[in-house]
Formats: sequence, C-alpha cells, structure tokens
Amino acid sequence: MIKSLSTEDTLENSGLSAEEQQLFCNARPKAYEPYPIKAVEDFANWARANSLWILAFGTGCGAIELRPLMTARFDANRFGVAGRPTPRQSSVFVIGGYASVKTLKRIIRSYEQMQGPKFVICLGICPVNGGMYFDSYNTINQFDLYLPVDLYITGCMPRPEVLVAGIMELQKKIKQGRCDGANRYVENFDWYKANQKKVIKNWDMPDYNW
Amino acid sequence: MNELTNRLKVDFDASEITERKPGLTTLKVAKDKAETLIRELRDREGFTHLNFMTCIDYIEDGIFTLVYMLHNYEQKQTLGIHVDIGRDGEEMVSIHHLWAQAWTYQRELREAYGIRFPGSPRLDEDFVLEGWDQIPPMRREFDTQKFSEERFGHREGRQSEVPRDHMKVTLYPNRGGDEQ
Amino acid sequence: MTQSTGHSASLDFTQPEPVDLSSGKYVKLWQGPQHPGITGNMSLELVLDGDTIIECKTHVGYLHRAFEKLMERRNYIQNFTVVCRIAVPEPTFNEYLYSAAVEELSGIEVPERAIWLRTMNLELMRLASFLMWIGGISGAFGKYTVPNWTLAYRDYVLDLFEEMTGARIYHMYIVPGGVRAGMPEGFEERARAIMDGADKLLDQIERVLFNNVVFKARSKGLGIITPDMVDPYGIVGPNARACGFARDLRKDEPYLAYDQLDFDIVTGNEPDAYGRAYCRLLETRQSINLIRQCLERTPTDGPFQADMPNVLHWKIPPGETYVKAECTRGEYGYYMVSDGSEYVRRVHVRGPSYTHAIAVMERLAVGTNIADIAGLMVSLHTYPPEIER
Repeated sequence: MIKSLSTEDTLENSGLSAEEQQLFCNARPKAYEPYPIKAVEDFANWARANSLWILAFGTGCGAIELRPLMTARFDANRFGVAGRPTPRQSSVFVIGGYASVKTLKRIIRSYEQMQGPKFVICLGICPVNGGMYFDSYNTINQFDLYLPVDLYITGCMPRPEVLVAGIMELQKKIKQGRCDGANRYVENFDWYKANQKKVIKNWDMPDYNW
Repeated sequence: MNELTNRLKVDFDASEITERKPGLTTLKVAKDKAETLIRELRDREGFTHLNFMTCIDYIEDGIFTLVYMLHNYEQKQTLGIHVDIGRDGEEMVSIHHLWAQAWTYQRELREAYGIRFPGSPRLDEDFVLEGWDQIPPMRREFDTQKFSEERFGHREGRQSEVPRDHMKVTLYPNRGGDEQ
Repeated sequence: MTQSTGHSASLDFTQPEPVDLSSGKYVKLWQGPQHPGITGNMSLELVLDGDTIIECKTHVGYLHRAFEKLMERRNYIQNFTVVCRIAVPEPTFNEYLYSAAVEELSGIEVPERAIWLRTMNLELMRLASFLMWIGGISGAFGKYTVPNWTLAYRDYVLDLFEEMTGARIYHMYIVPGGVRAGMPEGFEERARAIMDGADKLLDQIERVLFNNVVFKARSKGLGIITPDMVDPYGIVGPNARACGFARDLRKDEPYLAYDQLDFDIVTGNEPDAYGRAYCRLLETRQSINLIRQCLERTPTDGPFQADMPNVLHWKIPPGETYVKAECTRGEYGYYMVSDGSEYVRRVHVRGPSYTHAIAVMERLAVGTNIADIAGLMVSLHTYPPEIER
C-alpha cells in the first residue's frame, strides 16, 4: 500500500473520508534538486524555456486575450508556446486576472496536478492586490498568498504584445534559473496550505497528491 | 394597457400602478395574489416572457421587494410586478411551474437573500457560492469590504495606496486635495 | 414553420428524477471548468449511459465577482468603470445599458452624434463577438482552420476599437451623457476596408465551414429547440430566431438610431445547431451592413457629450427602469432602482445565457452524444459571466 511508504512526517488529508484516504497518497511534495553539473542544468533550463505549454484553463477575463495570442496574428507558437488541455502535460499556468474562491479551489487542484518544472503567470492587477474587486466577498485579493507566482503582467486587459513580452521575460528568468516558484511552494507548503484552507471552507480534497 | 391595469386593480387589488416609461408599467400586489396574477397574465393576457425575477432589499422598512418582470411580445409591453415580503425568513410562493428558468432565479434568490420558495426544485443547491458560511451576501447588512479584509487579508510588507490620498500627498500637495 | 406566441401549457419542464448511480450502469463525468471545450469558466456535470448523456446539470459561479453588490457601494460614475467587466466579449452592451438606464432616470438627453457613435460601437461589438463565436463553433466540431481566420480577423475589428476608444477589450467609451470621443480622422476609410475584408472572409467561411460534410453531419439535428419551448424557456435572440420567431429588439422596440437604419430581421427555419450557426452567419453580414450605414450617416461635428452635473456628487431622482438591447445572444437588460441618493439602490443584470446555459442546456443535452456536447453548448452561445455576474 502506498500509504505505508513514508514513515516521516506525512499529510493528514483530513478533508477526505476514511475510505477516500486509502485512495490517495499522503506524502509531502519534494523540492527540485538542480543537476550537480552547471552546464547540464543550464541546458535543461534552455530546453524548458523553449517549450512552455500553457494549461488551457481560462480562470478569468484574461483568457480572452489568450485566443488572439495563440492564433494567427500574434502566433505564440513562435516562442514554443502551445496550449494543452490537461495539467499533466503543461508547464505554465496563466491566471487570467481575479480568482473567485470557487475557481481558486480548481486552480489549486490543477496546479498541484501539474508536473515540474512549472511556472505561474498572473495577468492583470487583480491578483496583485484585488484590483477593482478589492471589496468583493468572492474574489481573493493577493494571489501569492495561495500559490507562488513567477511573473506578473499588469494591465486590464494585458494586450497580446505584453503577453509576448511577458513570455520572453519568463524565458529569460528560466534560463537564468531564477524561476523557483514550485520550490517555494514546497518549502513553505504549510504556510500556503493554511492560507488556502482559510478561504476555501469546504475542503473536500487531498492535501497534495492527486 | 390602461384597461388591463384597471382590471387588475379591481380583480387583484393591484396598487401603485405607475407608468415608468412608454412600454414599462409597474404595480404592486399582495403576496397571496401574486401567483394567480402572474398565471393569469401569462395565460390570458399574452405576457408569455419572463424577463427576470429579482429582489430589492429595503432594510430600513424591513421588507424585501420581489420584482417579476413580464413581457408581452405582441403589444410590446413590459409589466413589473412588485411583491413585498418580510425580511426575516418569510417564504414566497414558487413560480417554477410557470417558466422553466424560474427555479434558477429562485435558487439564486435563496442563496443571495435567504428567501425560501417551498417546492422549487434544487433550491438548496449551491448556485454561485461554495462553502459559504456567512449571512446571505446580497442582504444590505452584509459588509462586503469588511468581510473581504478579514477573509482575504493582505500580505505583510506590502501595502496599497488609496489613489485619492496618494494624489493629495504626492501629486498635488499644495491644493489640499479637498476642492470639489 | 408556424409561429405560436401563446404559452404552451402542455410542455413538461419539471425536473427529472435523479439517476441511480449506485446501480453501476452509469458514469458521472465533469466537463469543465478546466476544459478547453467550455465557453468560458463553467462546468457541466454529466451522467452517461455508454456515450449518451442521460442527465446534465450546469454549475456556474466560477466567475462570480458580486457586481450587483459592488455597484451598490460605488457612486454612479464609479460604477461606469465596473460595468464593462461583466461580459468580456461584449463589454459595450454593459456600458450602453448602464448609461441608458442612468440617463433615463436622471432625464439626460444624449446628443445626436453620440447616438450614432453608440450605434456604430454596438454593431462593431456584435461583429467582433460573432467572429469569435464562428471560430468557437468551428473549433467545437474539430475544425481548427476557421478559428485562426476569424480570431485573427477579429483583431482588425479590435484595432478599430482601439483607434476609436483607446482600448482593445474594455473600451469604457459609452459614458452616461454621451461618448468619450468622436471618430478619428481617416477612420471611415479604414473601417470600410476592414468591412470589405470581413465580407470576403465570411464568403470563405461559408464555403469552408457551412458546406463541410463533417460539420453538416454533426450539427444537423443536434439540439433541436422546438417552437413551443421558446416562451416557457425564455429563449431569445438568434436561438429563437432560428426557430422562426421574428423577434429582434432592434426592430421591435428600437433604441438608439436603429429606427433609421435599413435592415430586416434574420429568421431561420432549422432550429438545430446548424440552423443557429447559419442564422448567426447571416447576422454577422447584417452587422457589417449596419456598420457601413452608420459610417455613412454618423455626423462628424457637433457635441458628443451632454451637459452633465458634477458627477462626483451626482444624485439621481428616485425611480426605476428596465432598459434592454439586442446583444449577439439576445435580450440583454439592466434593471435599475434609484432611491434618490448618490448610490444606486439595486441593479439587476439580465443576461440571455441565464436560461440558455442552464434550463435550455440541461434539457437539450439529454440524449446527446458526449462528443457533441461542446458543439451544443457553443451553438447556444452561452456565456457564463452574465449568469453569475
């Protein structure tokens, strides 16, 4: 049984029923260790930077400018960017602006299902400080309380040109090895989880593993 | 339209009949006559289209005003029917059997205001909220800003400027910022 | 097809009995919210028997930002920046309807030039939205060429918006009292060139998509809306017009300059996904035609803003009103109640998807193949933010 694999500190999965707890693994996430040889790590980063696959999950209004970005006029395929329908195959999560609490739950699920290396881009001002929904009861104010963010692109809406510039900036950061959002998530896992559970009141899903 | 409203005044004690603009009339009717009136309008008077159904919270009077907006395609007339009910847990007659989308509106009103419509299908399912643990959010006593600050909070070491104060202090320091 | 405007009392729209999942014969499947075939961020909870849908439930709320609550807390001019965010592909309709409701309550007369500029803006918006929709229906049936054409071409229309209003998506152009700017110099020629190109594009789309045997085979007979469903389900817009109902607010209750424009209501007689798609193609052409008429007739001088009170301390007399306009999906309406203070008492936004995506979708999906559900949803032109606001 997978459950008995880990003897050290494990996740409680307290949101699940006893029956469901048997179905999910309760191990903690592990941080990414770079290759010991720097040249190999640099090569890996170069490869990662040039195949950014975006998860096709339009979480908010920002999704409207992703369509022009992916189609003929702005053609993000030039940068190795493609849309993928499943989190298992994608490496970039684009948060399209505000996230309502109901969507945040799905964002966390999708993010945790993504395999490393993975990066998060936030569009618009809403994930930074709430934007014009700062007083709304259903939208979160600061997205990086719940998931680590690698890059912010501001504007409402950010234009496709800005998205292209943002993607190039992300590529630059990846090549320099500075995109460590997924590692920050692992290192501060308990802090992130506590923040997530503070806003998501019906936590009926496993704590990490899917 | 005048004939109709006069008849409604006699038959259903409709009051406060107001023509808001050409083609839009509103009237008020008692709670126990509302369902019969709406059914009559739909079946006999050609008001076959339910534009929407909503609620206005008059917290100072302690009432919810339900608004049913019906439309007659042939005469191009819209009729708004106001029904007052008490704010504290009073129930309203469901109209889910008259229009197919009515139960969705009633489900929304149950969630947003806490009004119950006995018999309406799937009334207690979540509509837009999930895991909501406060009073219904559209009620006027619910302070959304306070809730947002408490629940969503701000990260330490990061602050937001109120644009108005920021302009007063940094951009127009000499103007006092109070001119109107 | 005969037109029946009476209410059909015989139609049964009670909720079906829940399916017994424990029997092991059925599978429950969630389509969305993380799904590329969804028209926006919503989800369908499907129960399948084999690959046939036997029960469908729509779940919304993923985009709920509580606009109606926020608008009660902001004064009238602050609301103007908020309203356009309600519907992303068609923000202009929100701007117009909000402005129209405020103007009606406060008794402001809009100048002639602003009326024409507003009409043109709304028609451009319809064109841009339809172009995106044609890409959507094509993509939903697995043809990815047409989305590339239409979305790229929609960008030219967005360029026109940018030139006119300064923004691509959220224009914030139609303000209470008028509009923010006139037509820029040389706009007319550039707009005409883009309209000519759009005409050609639609010819190509008609050839490539509407004559395509796969598209025809899959969309004909899918999601039939019978005429007796239209009133009980509150179906409006192209979905109703495809069943033969000649109902169009631009003609029936003309607003802005529509009573001076020359056009006919598009109706169809095939109430399935193909018929609705064809109806929308014809309406796209109609929009192009209307934009040309607007370009010709919009006055180039004169005021485009009415005299306004100090909007920071703007009190609107008590009253209530309901204004509506024909957006690409049908009747879009704003119901506004003012109590005489600086803040609006209540705003209710009525979006056509409210019924199309929930009551109608849940009925039409039953009996459909799982592969066609995305096509069915797109063919109803559902759009979630206007449901949950």
